[in-house]
Amino acid sequence: MFLQGNEACALGAIAAGCRFYAGYPITPSSEIMERMAVELPKADGTFIQMEDEIGSIGAVIGAAWTGAKSMTATSGPGLSLMLENIGYGIMTETPCVIVDVQRAGPSTGQATKVASGDVMQVRWGTHGDYEIIAFSPWSVQEMYELTIKAFNLAETYRTPVFLLSDEAVGHLREKAELSKDVEIIKRSPKSDKPFFGPGALMPTLGQGKKLSITGSTHDEWGIRKTQSPEIQAKFTTHFCDKIRLNADRITEYEEYYLDGQTTVLVIAYGFTARSALRAVELAREKGGKAGLLRLKTVWPMPENKLKSLPTSISKIIVPEMNQGQVIREFR
Amino acid sequence: MIETLKKYIRPDVFPTPFCPGCGHGILMQALLRAIDELKLDIDKMVFLSGIGCAAWIPSPHFAADTMHTTHGRPITFATGIKLVNPKLKVVVISGDGDLSAIGGNHLIHAARRNIEMTVICANNSIYGMTGGQVAPTTPTGAKSATTPQGNPERDFDLCKLVKGAGADYVARGTVYHMRELIKYLKTALQHKGFSFVDVISPCYTQFGRRNQNTCGGSASSAIMNLKTAVSKTPQDGEILTGEF
Repeated sequence: MFLQGNEACALGAIAAGCRFYAGYPITPSSEIMERMAVELPKADGTFIQMEDEIGSIGAVIGAAWTGAKSMTATSGPGLSLMLENIGYGIMTETPCVIVDVQRAGPSTGQATKVASGDVMQVRWGTHGDYEIIAFSPWSVQEMYELTIKAFNLAETYRTPVFLLSDEAVGHLREKAELSKDVEIIKRSPKSDKPFFGPGALMPTLGQGKKLSITGSTHDEWGIRKTQSPEIQAKFTTHFCDKIRLNADRITEYEEYYLDGQTTVLVIAYGFTARSALRAVELAREKGGKAGLLRLKTVWPMPENKLKSLPTSISKIIVPEMNQGQVIREFR
Repeated sequence: MIETLKKYIRPDVFPTPFCPGCGHGILMQALLRAIDELKLDIDKMVFLSGIGCAAWIPSPHFAADTMHTTHGRPITFATGIKLVNPKLKVVVISGDGDLSAIGGNHLIHAARRNIEMTVICANNSIYGMTGGQVAPTTPTGAKSATTPQGNPERDFDLCKLVKGAGADYVARGTVYHMRELIKYLKTALQHKGFSFVDVISPCYTQFGRRNQNTCGGSASSAIMNLKTAVSKTPQDGEILTGEF
């Protein structure tokens, strides 16, 4: 199939079981919303264009609590507006997917030009203590596949998951194989008590469970505990640990020409990795011992992989479409 | 506590956090009475709130599905819930600052869409929880923590706002007029489409002590002055109640 990255993302969401989309128009992500408006009614799902991005992510979280796998897509300026409610999603352990098709910033920046300036915004943008999962696709194929994985990890770890794309991948048109035979993690209908914390399954509103959901610090039953340092510590540790302790299961990367002989390692993510791979190949043609580590998940970092890199490596290059953000992880 | 309403309250949540003289506990009772009289299945209802004193009316008191959301945003979460499961009765209870300042955009668009939900504004003309700062509903001239010389701005008539945005059931009651308030809440809960009830509820701690009933037309002074609140031909500074 020959299609656009943003369209592949929408089709991946449908394949993953997404049945609710709320969004607000913004370049260069709007094609995702437009395709969802076409596809969701056919899949017995619901689409709504909200009054702003704050409303979009609010509706997405409400929908998730009502039993629907749900998603929104935006770009940097919209993501800036969504951040408070994304923190609510983390605090209430709400599975949902947020697509950020990055453009050049800060502020309105250049709406139609590619950049990777939001890579730290998705990591640290909302206030407080937490860990985050973010996929970084480099092709139309991965816009499809990693959207599905984002939904699966959102369900597995009960947390908002980012698909951190960019204008180049979002608007790229190339061949992709959209398999219908994909692994999907379904929400368990059981959701026995307690409702929050380690091992708690995602419950659904309207089932007589008398859920108490709050963005304030709460106990396993969702009851506000705004004075207890113990519960604050317990739950922020839980939000971090459920991702940190599973980092090896979550992280995905690809290696090219990376072995005990490699002396120069390029670490790249997103669309930049395509150019990085070409550069490594050109270096190899000239006899240079270059290699590439391509991060498919930019968050969390594959720390165990990084710790076990060959000792032959004397130089690491981190090309990014920004002034140097992820490189700080390696300094 | 009224025995028949006990079943709607979570165990061990009393006493309420509301200050002496606050009207929010009365509003809580009025809403539960309306639900009880209509014989609604509370397990098929979702109560959402934002941030502030009023947001604590349903959360954690109600033994029901409650969602205490971010400041100003409960209507957006309610929209997602209602769209995914239209069988649920969705009720938003929040304060005037939450619904009309930070959340004003969501309020008017939910009314415009005519999405079926009941929005109840516990309107005390002030930001209570944060210490009595001026709100869009604070009457001109009223003193607050951030308008020590008196509020230089005009106040919002939320019923006119929501009506103008397209809502077809809009009412204003007060916690002093219980029968009328329950009637409005019952009508709103049964309404097909977007419904809005503005409920005048006094805040003595933050509003009353700064204004001492000198500011005619304020929520608090209106409650203290029955004549003002029930006026059908509001003079300058008076508050009109009823169905609009």
